[in-house]
Amino acid sequence: MTDIIKAGGDTAARRPRRPAGLPRRIAGLLVSVAMTLLGLLLVTFLIGRVVPIDPVLAAVGDRANAETYERMRHELGLDLPLWQQFGLYVADVARGDLGTSVLTSRPVLEDVARVFPATLELATAAVIIGVILGVPAGVMAAVNRGRWPDHLVRVLGLVGYSVPVFWLGLVGLLLFYAKLDWVPGPGRLDVFYDGLVDPMTGILTVDALLAGETEIFWNALSHLILPASILGYFSIAYISRMTRSFMLDQLRQEYITTARVKGMSEARVIWRHALGNIAVPLITVVALSYATLLEGSVLTETVFAWPGLGQYITNSLLSADMNAVLGGTLVVGAVFIGLNLLSDLLYRVLDPRARR
Amino acid sequence: MRKFARSLIGAAFLAGVAAGVTSVAVPAWADTPKDSLVMAWQFDDIISLDPAEIFELSGAEYGAQVYDRLITYDVKDVSKILPALAESWQVSDDGKTYTFKIRNGVKFHSGNALTAEDAAYSFQRAVKLDKSPAFILTQFGFTKSNVDQKIKATDPNTLVIETDQAYAPTFVLYCLTAGVASIVDAKLLKEHEKDGDFGWNWLKTNSAGSGPFKLRQWKPSEMLTLDANPAYREGAPAMKRVIIRHIPEPATQRLLLEKGDVDVARNLKPEQFEPLKSSKEIRLVEALKGTLWYISLNQKNPILSKPEVRKAMRYLVNYDAMRGSIMNGIGSVHQAFLPKGMLGAVEDNPFKYDPAKARELLTAAGYPDGFTVSMDVRNTSPTMDMAQTIQASAAAGGVKIELLPMDGKQALTKYRARNQDIYIGQWGPDYQDPNTNADTFASNPNNADDAAAKPLAWRNAWDIPELTKETAAAVLERDSAKRAAMYQDLQRKVMEDSPFVIMFQQTEVAAERTNVEGMVWGPSFDTNYYRLATKK
Repeated sequence: MTDIIKAGGDTAARRPRRPAGLPRRIAGLLVSVAMTLLGLLLVTFLIGRVVPIDPVLAAVGDRANAETYERMRHELGLDLPLWQQFGLYVADVARGDLGTSVLTSRPVLEDVARVFPATLELATAAVIIGVILGVPAGVMAAVNRGRWPDHLVRVLGLVGYSVPVFWLGLVGLLLFYAKLDWVPGPGRLDVFYDGLVDPMTGILTVDALLAGETEIFWNALSHLILPASILGYFSIAYISRMTRSFMLDQLRQEYITTARVKGMSEARVIWRHALGNIAVPLITVVALSYATLLEGSVLTETVFAWPGLGQYITNSLLSADMNAVLGGTLVVGAVFIGLNLLSDLLYRVLDPRARR
Repeated sequence: MRKFARSLIGAAFLAGVAAGVTSVAVPAWADTPKDSLVMAWQFDDIISLDPAEIFELSGAEYGAQVYDRLITYDVKDVSKILPALAESWQVSDDGKTYTFKIRNGVKFHSGNALTAEDAAYSFQRAVKLDKSPAFILTQFGFTKSNVDQKIKATDPNTLVIETDQAYAPTFVLYCLTAGVASIVDAKLLKEHEKDGDFGWNWLKTNSAGSGPFKLRQWKPSEMLTLDANPAYREGAPAMKRVIIRHIPEPATQRLLLEKGDVDVARNLKPEQFEPLKSSKEIRLVEALKGTLWYISLNQKNPILSKPEVRKAMRYLVNYDAMRGSIMNGIGSVHQAFLPKGMLGAVEDNPFKYDPAKARELLTAAGYPDGFTVSMDVRNTSPTMDMAQTIQASAAAGGVKIELLPMDGKQALTKYRARNQDIYIGQWGPDYQDPNTNADTFASNPNNADDAAAKPLAWRNAWDIPELTKETAAAVLERDSAKRAAMYQDLQRKVMEDSPFVIMFQQTEVAAERTNVEGMVWGPSFDTNYYRLATKK
């Protein structure tokens, strides 16, 4: 993944010197985004059709009689040829209609608008933790290569990679919720606060602040901290590891030696020069890490009863609820593309070569 | 270098402080309030809140709190049919006309008066909407075109139902205790009707009932909140509110229950509830449910279709070992197709694990060295564990079973296409009458691949014209004792020789905090009631 994005970045850097007009560039961008999403939908759609699960069963249950079954098959459009089903679906999507979910009986758009903010909140908190702790940890490991801080970071990273998040979540709950009482239990909010704040963004901490409900804000934040820390730990593992290897590359460069020889303080050499130079690839790493978190972590969401996108897509997939799966995929795809564009944009800001 | 170590420690410290601050700033997590019941439950199977469509276990339980029916049955003695919205009923001499007297003064949650018109509308609506559970009503000869004549209100207190044949009255009455026969608020639904949908699009996420609770909020796979109906005909529930949280992970449910953040946990597995048996704060309640676990042998497989092989398989299941281990607390050995508690249920279990006897039978069938078959298994607990145990016990008799783990819906799709060898699964009754199981285990009107009906007998390609006739005759027997005897006979026949090896009847274990009393855990999910629950 990293390579693909890097390659994209390089292509951007190698563009002709005379850039095309802005409107043309925007149009080109939109077309490529639309084509990517269309391709994504097509692949998901086809996978959904080859999965050996009968989508009608999910809708009518096992006991329905043949007539009911056939009617639902017709209502779901499954009696049409495959290309026609896909065409109709895309036409609906173009009109902003993602269809109705079989599992929740609600418009998919409404469902996604409900579950995505939950994931967004969790992923954002996790990636913030990941960056705040992961980058300094990686820098420290690189600078102290081969000594205990390096080993510590690497061992912590290894644990982060190898321990199942499911187990870590349960142990976290057992320790911090059941034994120490530091954090509240699973869920996004204590049940008695539920529904007291109007969902404006769907992100509870933000909604509570907007409504001026500090008590609810603290409650939501306290519910967020444990799952976010656990997810964040996994980003720390990834981000610190990548930071370490980028930093090691930089620290071998001659300009670092030059800077040191010039008598620049070590802190300035490391944080300003070396870190400044790895900012570009690091953005890709963070963006990818964030995008992965935004897909929703099914296991963390399950342990913490966090009603997010991961659980939604998984449940839908296991019931062959294709509208919901396609809707969810579209969101994930859009998030990936959005973050890619964003990191591309940041490249241009941070790397003068990319601006040419 | 030390600076960097310090910066890392600093960052960690900041994060720690942030965690500390939040845990201090929030008041200590208190127990649940006295007037609310909080429950942890997996309810992601709910796909609709419309009683004409509800056909899932969790949905059925929701329906039983929010909607009332004409009649109900005693949860302690299922053979007693009790009045509910109907205060009395009569069956005509020819056995085809049922007349119900509807209670006066009952009101829906909306404040609208409940009359026989609402009852007629509810049944007509369910038949015309024709959703999954509609067959429970349409099996009495109602169609979209005749239901308005066959089910009608002759005055505000009288509902008349005409069936196409003289069925056993218990059969008809038990079907009217099912969720699809819930009485809905006709006036309210007509206000929400769009394009002739009988308000279905609205009702699948709203409520229009007269039951002890009304729907406050439903967030799919997240939260279901019910408010007490103070005007309920049998008295207001003690709990002002019931909050049900979808907690998918059983271990998480246990933590919440032990901390007192929920009052009831519904989905604990043996490994979670076993340690709770010694707890003073938590009580485990067991309720026998109608669901059966069985394995079935597809008769399209020439080996499995030999009578001796069918018989041998009955001796290759280690019933007692499973009951003492993986089924501990969640199931009891049961080998007949009618669950205990149903009219005519056979309760003796003649088969024991006996690999030597199984070998004799297999030798007689021409397989002295056994054979190899596959078994489709849904990859959930305890089904997977049961399959593994059966795999081991069958191997002792020479039968080598290859397990094919798959998702539940995938297994079902394959089963309905008759592409399996052996299937291991569950079957729960659709209504409280014995016909619900006889019709699937002992009836197969058409064994052709394109048959319209796909009962379990069909799914295992078991062609049984004689048993099919006997099952059809049993629904017409109006004498209850004779009818029970007919079902006993059918059960014995299926028990002795059929593709079905029925093994266990499910026990539901609910874990309640000891300050909660009065929850009713009935013999089916739609007879679990919260109305009488109290909290100290």
